[in-house]
Amino acid sequence: MSIKTEKELLRFTTCGSVDDGKSTLIGRLLLDTKNIFDDQLLALQSSSERKGLDEIDLSLLTDGLKAEREQGITIDVAYRYFSTPKREFIIADTPGHIQYTKNMVTGASSANLALILIDARKGMVEQTHRHSFIAGLLGIPHMVVCINKMDLVGYDQSVYEKIVDEFRMFSSRLDVQDIQFIPISAKLGDNVVNRSVQMPWYEGSTLMFHLEHVHISGDLNHVDCRLPVQYVIRPQDDAYHDYRAYAGRIAGGVFRKGDKVMVLPSGFTSTIKTINAPEGEIKEAFAPMSISLLLDDEIDISRGDMIVRENNSPQNSQDIDIMLCWLNEKKLQEGGRYIVKHTSREVRCIVKEILYKIDISHLRRIENETSFGVNDIGRVVLRTTQPLFFDSYRRNRNTGSLILIDEGTNETVGAGMIV
Amino acid sequence: MFSYNLDHLKELESESIFILREVAAQFEKPVLLFSGGKDSIIVSYLAKKAFYPAKIPFALLHIDTGHNFQETISFRDKWVEKLGTKLIVRSVQSSINSGRAHEESGPYASRNILQTITLLDAIEEFKFDAAIGGARRDEEKARAKERFFSHRDEFGQWEPKNQRPELWNLFNGRKKIGEHFRIFPLSNWTELDVWSYIQRNEIELPSLYFSHKRDVFERHGVIYGYADFMELLPDEKVKKLQVRFRTIGDMTCTGAIESNASTVNEIIDELLVSRVTERGSRIDDQRSENAMEERKKSGYF
Repeated sequence: MSIKTEKELLRFTTCGSVDDGKSTLIGRLLLDTKNIFDDQLLALQSSSERKGLDEIDLSLLTDGLKAEREQGITIDVAYRYFSTPKREFIIADTPGHIQYTKNMVTGASSANLALILIDARKGMVEQTHRHSFIAGLLGIPHMVVCINKMDLVGYDQSVYEKIVDEFRMFSSRLDVQDIQFIPISAKLGDNVVNRSVQMPWYEGSTLMFHLEHVHISGDLNHVDCRLPVQYVIRPQDDAYHDYRAYAGRIAGGVFRKGDKVMVLPSGFTSTIKTINAPEGEIKEAFAPMSISLLLDDEIDISRGDMIVRENNSPQNSQDIDIMLCWLNEKKLQEGGRYIVKHTSREVRCIVKEILYKIDISHLRRIENETSFGVNDIGRVVLRTTQPLFFDSYRRNRNTGSLILIDEGTNETVGAGMIV
Repeated sequence: MFSYNLDHLKELESESIFILREVAAQFEKPVLLFSGGKDSIIVSYLAKKAFYPAKIPFALLHIDTGHNFQETISFRDKWVEKLGTKLIVRSVQSSINSGRAHEESGPYASRNILQTITLLDAIEEFKFDAAIGGARRDEEKARAKERFFSHRDEFGQWEPKNQRPELWNLFNGRKKIGEHFRIFPLSNWTELDVWSYIQRNEIELPSLYFSHKRDVFERHGVIYGYADFMELLPDEKVKKLQVRFRTIGDMTCTGAIESNASTVNEIIDELLVSRVTERGSRIDDQRSENAMEERKKSGYF
């Protein structure tokens, strides 16, 4: 026996409101792909019995903290791992409560795919709008809408189709290219891993088949060369006198040995002499590889600089127009000062202007606002103390994202996507 | 068109190296917590790659319970010499001798919890501001809630209900004086990923991971390696079995499994059909449903 070690990694996030069966679905995915082990199943059985349940409650599998088990709620993003012969999966399981939108944003920021759950009996609720909007805002390239609890509506095709229509109406105003709909019962396993015999009218793929086959290799930007310099490697060793390698994780594009590159902010140019990867010297490197570059010329380069191609520069400005998700109880005020972390660069900023907030349930702008509360989303303009080198978030999630940090508490208080 | 695609092991490797470099850039005095187990071996192996050809810009710290397997200690010394890094050892025994820690007694005695005291003392002694560990989210339910950059207050405590959101590849390591961070570069690796990586890169491991004959005794279905400091219950007898260890902690909290797997390939085959999780043989996790969460809150690894 042997395993195929070359598999793709798919990161997805699950969103749903309270009681729509999200934890049960994750439990079902793990169980039916044989990713639950005997000792976990045993622990699950005894917890279910203690709660006085007749059958195993799959949702107990995803509760990590004591307070979560006690209160029967999910407080924080939990990460789950499973694999099939085709792919490896990382699930960012995010809580559905309204006050925890910051967790959804966190889970969504690194996801290739968003899995949205809708209770077939209830149809779309406010949380569905909110989650779909955030998935779109965070540029998750793929979305799967699972209409769950089909067993409780008699596997009725018309219920499913009504919700699909309703969702399509709403999502036409969102920025998501790829949306799939699947009718499921997480509790009984219909169309999760195994095809449902109850819904012969559904001809699409099961959830698992879709997760294994959705095309994700185009999700990263391989066009615009961007290497934010993270660290300068300088061995304190005579054998490596004058050795300087510029280390970082490629944020976009393909770098090749011999390429002419330009360093920002200095504007100096040079040529790539060597590309070092973990396995040794390589000829070309692309996102999301962690590499280090040696250049032909001695240039002063430090953390926070960016190496790009001469004929393809990012935008360079101190006025940054962003969509902002506010993550902290302490409000954001117009004129407030924060630390900005963008790629490997850290600068300070002032909130120059709040343009508008968004009423997510109705996708409407609210103008003339002067502050942002926790979970508010809207558009603001920042003025930074030093220029940032960036692309729009739509073009590149790595060079188009930033976080705001409170100077007093050091907490991460805002997530920004550059417009 | 040629597709630019990294396989999952390379993507995980790249992510971990990114984290390690970020630690070196953001912190003044990081340290790598080294237990001699496979996960901390992988972290140090990745650190070597992250800064090559320079030396790893931080020391390794081993918290020695005094109840370690001899094989772990000799492997540790050999490995550190190969890496060319500095090793700091702080022992639970000295914490006990100085009255900082109180030893449990009886047949169920373990120094597992006492490690936290020694660890936090060492962090304070050397003024470490970041401690890098090999913990993975797939190991245990409380660890599934961990951040890559996990904030610890001035008492070394973890506050799981109020963690900083971690978005994209932007890691916020800002802190006040006296606080520190725990950093987990292997957060997204699974046990199978670790073994596949060991296989692909032919990484050396302590012999304990491979099948061998050992003096053992059984208690509540767990196979313990026997050492003379361990107290047996009346009906327990020492016998010889062909075993290996899936995780390596201190002898009092690590169970062995019966196995004939003597190579990395055989171990991977065994894992693929295994029906029990890695930490199923960890007695430290089985003390209660919240055992790991409680220990982590007070500053454990």
